[in-house]
Amino acid sequence: MKVFEKPTSFYPRFERKGGPHKETTHYCPGCGHGNVHKMIAEAMDDLGIRERTVFVSPVGCSVFGYYYFDCGNIQAAHGRAPAVATGIKRANPDSIVISYQGDGDLAAIGTAETLHAANRGENITVFFVNNAIYGMTGGQMAPTTMIGQKTATTPRGRIETEHGNPIRMAEIISTLPAAGYVERVAIGTSKHIMKARKAIRKALTNQVENRGYSFVEILSVCPTGWKMDSPDARDWLLNEMTQVFPLGVYKDDAGERENEWYRPVEPFVPEKVDAYFSAGNFEEADEPIKLDKSLQCKFAGFGGQGILTLGLFMAQVGMRGKLHASWIPSYGPEMRGGTANCSVNLSEARIGTPLVDRPNVLVVMNQPSLEAFEKDVVDGGTILIDSGIVESKPDGDRLNCILIPATKIADEVGTPKVANVVMLGALCAATGAFELDFVEETLRAVVKKRNLVDMNITALKRGYDFVRNGG
Amino acid sequence: MSETLQKADPFIEIDGELCKGCKLCIDVCPKTVISISDKLNGSSYHPAYYLGHDCTGCGLCFYACPEPAAIRVVKP
Ligand SMILES: Cc1ncc(C[n+]2csc(CCOP(=O)(O)OP(=O)(O)O)c2C)c(N)n1
Ligand code: SF4
Ligand code: SF4
Ligand code: SF4
Repeated sequence: MKVFEKPTSFYPRFERKGGPHKETTHYCPGCGHGNVHKMIAEAMDDLGIRERTVFVSPVGCSVFGYYYFDCGNIQAAHGRAPAVATGIKRANPDSIVISYQGDGDLAAIGTAETLHAANRGENITVFFVNNAIYGMTGGQMAPTTMIGQKTATTPRGRIETEHGNPIRMAEIISTLPAAGYVERVAIGTSKHIMKARKAIRKALTNQVENRGYSFVEILSVCPTGWKMDSPDARDWLLNEMTQVFPLGVYKDDAGERENEWYRPVEPFVPEKVDAYFSAGNFEEADEPIKLDKSLQCKFAGFGGQGILTLGLFMAQVGMRGKLHASWIPSYGPEMRGGTANCSVNLSEARIGTPLVDRPNVLVVMNQPSLEAFEKDVVDGGTILIDSGIVESKPDGDRLNCILIPATKIADEVGTPKVANVVMLGALCAATGAFELDFVEETLRAVVKKRNLVDMNITALKRGYDFVRNGG
Repeated sequence: MSETLQKADPFIEIDGELCKGCKLCIDVCPKTVISISDKLNGSSYHPAYYLGHDCTGCGLCFYACPEPAAIRVVKP
């Protein structure tokens, strides 16, 4: 026996819905949202995913999705459903996440979220109900409104030169390599509806099988906004809308995907790009470097002293040593006062934030930086100071202070420009975290001006020796 | 004999109180065995009703109907 009846993924009664009618939807007679809901609920039943489904409702007439679906529900701000869905899916990879959206939501206010979720290939399922109008707010023009279509905001019909053309989201999304499955279907004749049913099931099955991003655009009707009775609305959809929004599969390589992070290979060679960026040029160490404790470093000085580069070198030493590394320059207002600073984290564990509020290593190369940052250094932290430039002395009881005339030494080496690398040498010696040879090899790989490599190496060694052997 | 045959016939049930009278089920039914009532239901819609015979149990009216629980199709 075959019975077609209300899917059990709907609540038996819609208790969250206001008013006396707890078994009908809030939708107008003949509204396409009802059909789409029914097919999604049926697919949830048949795939056995109700318990782990999270339905993200949009803003629009379907804002009340949580009245109906007996699963996890979140209602997102207008247009943001795919961003919210991304967060849910990433935090709960076992959940099945549906981003259900209208055309105003998905293709107007939420265009950015829509495209970027697709471009990232999030392992979510997007159901896009395109009814060519803003239903909820009273029938205004949507991005998908047809040329000539009269709406509350286009009383003389949509005009191409004034309002632009109806936007074709399935076509646009199908150009993104990371989108796996993109199809446009319609709530039209029974044949169309059964095709839509199949597409909905496929898009959910893809997610169950971790095959990445699926997008189903469903041409739907808004009899109220269109001011038509229901059968006429379905005729208009079939005769007019499908001309502008052709039905069919726009992309389907989801089946070839081995997992949700599968990405098609783009036609460029990463190595060619890396060649322009020194960071990619070195070979990593065989074994990760062991750190006694993670390093939270702050580098500060005048602009032009190579402070940011010094921090970058440090981060690159860490990267080459297979540590987790972050480098972030400060672009605060103090930059304009001629000072610069950057923060570097090196750690065996993953780094939560690139910011360093409480450094355990501080390198200062001018007086204002000492005044600004000394107090932030943790008790027992190390502070390295260019003693040729900075006049005052830090608190030696609280901190491990190393005074080194870095700029003077750099001058002796050949150019004050390598004072930062003198500091790098001193830092390596002071922290004991890296072998001098290892740092030297890293510098050879990353120093961009080839003619300065030798001078940099000399500066590195001088800084190292100064700390280890007192000069 | 004829009674058991009749019992085995496919049929639909329309809950007149849950129907919004959109007529989409009528539009899609290949056997034209659904009609619309003259009377109003509690929500002021003219509900659809089954003529009582010749349904094939194809289920098309079920999918054409936007309401979750207005139509139930049984194909024994
Ligand atoms: C931030 C924000 N901007 C605008 C609105 C007003 N608003 C509510 S629904 C809607 C458009 C709904 O149209 P659509 O996404 O096509 O869904 P439909 O109602 O047609 O299903 C708009 C603009 C809002 N609620 N929030
Ligand atoms: S206004 Fe349009 S989209 Fe909204 S419930 Fe009514 S028919 Fe559906
Ligand atoms: S199941 Fe098919 S034949 Fe029976 S009433 Fe519905 S559409 Fe008509
Ligand atoms: S499709 Fe559903 S709501 Fe519309 S008339 Fe038929 S039974 Fe009633």
